[in-house]
Amino acid sequence: MSNWTRKDLLSIQELTADEITGILDTAAAFKQVGAREIKKVPALRGKTLVNFFVEPSTRTRTSFELAAFRLSADVVNISASTSSLTKGETLKDTAKNLEALHADIIVLRHSSAGAPKFLAERLESSVINAGDGAHEHPTQALLDTFTIREKLGHIKGIHVAIIGDILFSRVARSNIWALLKLGARVTLVGPSTLVPREFERMGCAVTHDIDSVLPDVDVVNLLRIQHERQRKEYFPGTGEYTSLFGLTKARAEKLKPGALIMHPGPINRGVEIDSEIADSARSVILDQVTNGLAVRMAVLYLCAGGEKIAS
Amino acid sequence: MPTTPYPPSPKAALVLDAQAIDRALRRIAHEIIERNPEINKVAIVGIPSRGVEIAKRLIENIGQIENVKLELGVIDVSMHRDDIRLRKSLSPVEVSHLPLDLEGRTIILVDDVAYTGRTCRAAMDAISSFGRPARIQYAALIDRGHRELPIRADYVGKNLPTARPERVFVRFEKTDGVPDSVWVERI
Repeated sequence: MSNWTRKDLLSIQELTADEITGILDTAAAFKQVGAREIKKVPALRGKTLVNFFVEPSTRTRTSFELAAFRLSADVVNISASTSSLTKGETLKDTAKNLEALHADIIVLRHSSAGAPKFLAERLESSVINAGDGAHEHPTQALLDTFTIREKLGHIKGIHVAIIGDILFSRVARSNIWALLKLGARVTLVGPSTLVPREFERMGCAVTHDIDSVLPDVDVVNLLRIQHERQRKEYFPGTGEYTSLFGLTKARAEKLKPGALIMHPGPINRGVEIDSEIADSARSVILDQVTNGLAVRMAVLYLCAGGEKIAS
Repeated sequence: MPTTPYPPSPKAALVLDAQAIDRALRRIAHEIIERNPEINKVAIVGIPSRGVEIAKRLIENIGQIENVKLELGVIDVSMHRDDIRLRKSLSPVEVSHLPLDLEGRTIILVDDVAYTGRTCRAAMDAISSFGRPARIQYAALIDRGHRELPIRADYVGKNLPTARPERVFVRFEKTDGVPDSVWVERI
């Protein structure tokens, strides 16, 4: 029997290693669906999914949308500009309205940490966190660990460097939780303003010297510099950032043979990664996109099926 | 290897032992050969988990009789079921793989117990998303009756009349870590 009993997926922090592994195993089965002549299964036929994106996103929303289509669910997209949030309706009222329309699953992207949990506690619908503030982005971490497991065979004992803006990154937080729970080693790399020593308390190593780390890692996960979240005092400036922390061609040569290069996208070519490196054989950036679809199908399937214990 | 209680429940009675299962599967292998003159166009497709074990044994038996190595397939039915919300917990979703080219082939679907027919229906639905085989046949080690759909097994190891609340257990050394056996818990 599947070990999944949750109604919602709100964070990686609250999951056990077994639950994470269960999602990854389920995702492997769903990935195979993409290789079929008919890439659609009837598992969620008759269910309605609402993509509720209060913060802009194209790839995550599209990925969830396609995942829902492949599971035969019906999909409605609502973005901040088209919702009544701009007319002063509260998040809870908007969500109550969605529920009154019998939405079975709400995929929420929100600028405030904790917004998905707030909804999950008040609604019977399943709530999937598609990124909440700087808190978590669980499906991104699941697709990253899925990709590592697929390419390297396992997670335990793997050394992963997460490079860039850790402080403001929900992708980093979710990845750190997932990797540590599955037994990987995590080293965080970036300017001291964006990678504070506090992260050592989570169980990661922290360094501000990228060149000393590269020869020792199996995976580098580069994060996008989030210009929209930066304040000037945190960030050294694009040119300086690239020279200190960018994965240039010269730096990529220091990596072990077989080391993976990952990026959650969208890439800032020439800033955190050289264009040539992003397109090199070691880069698994497009595999991440493909795997994201399989992981999201698995998450929707698990949260919408079976008897649920309210979270 | 997972181990389960043996016997599966204190009240369960033995229906088939390892030898009887072997005999039934050898007979089914002969029937498959008899019904399919072009035996090399047949692929045996198991429904996880015990259907896959039975499928492997049928391939072995057919190989011994006809000196052919038939292709093995695995078809996951969990994402094709119609009762997602009715079930207490989800069974694990397994990776499916089928022969690349289904066109013109005969698929023999293999399950441990034929019961309502809903698993078989879901499996046929799943297969059709891979392509269009020439025909699909259905083999089950045990047929316990109570069909809810117009589905009939082409090959049956043993017909076992049951009442609905009764339970049937199939166990294999390979999948369960206990001796090959079939049990029924009568009410």
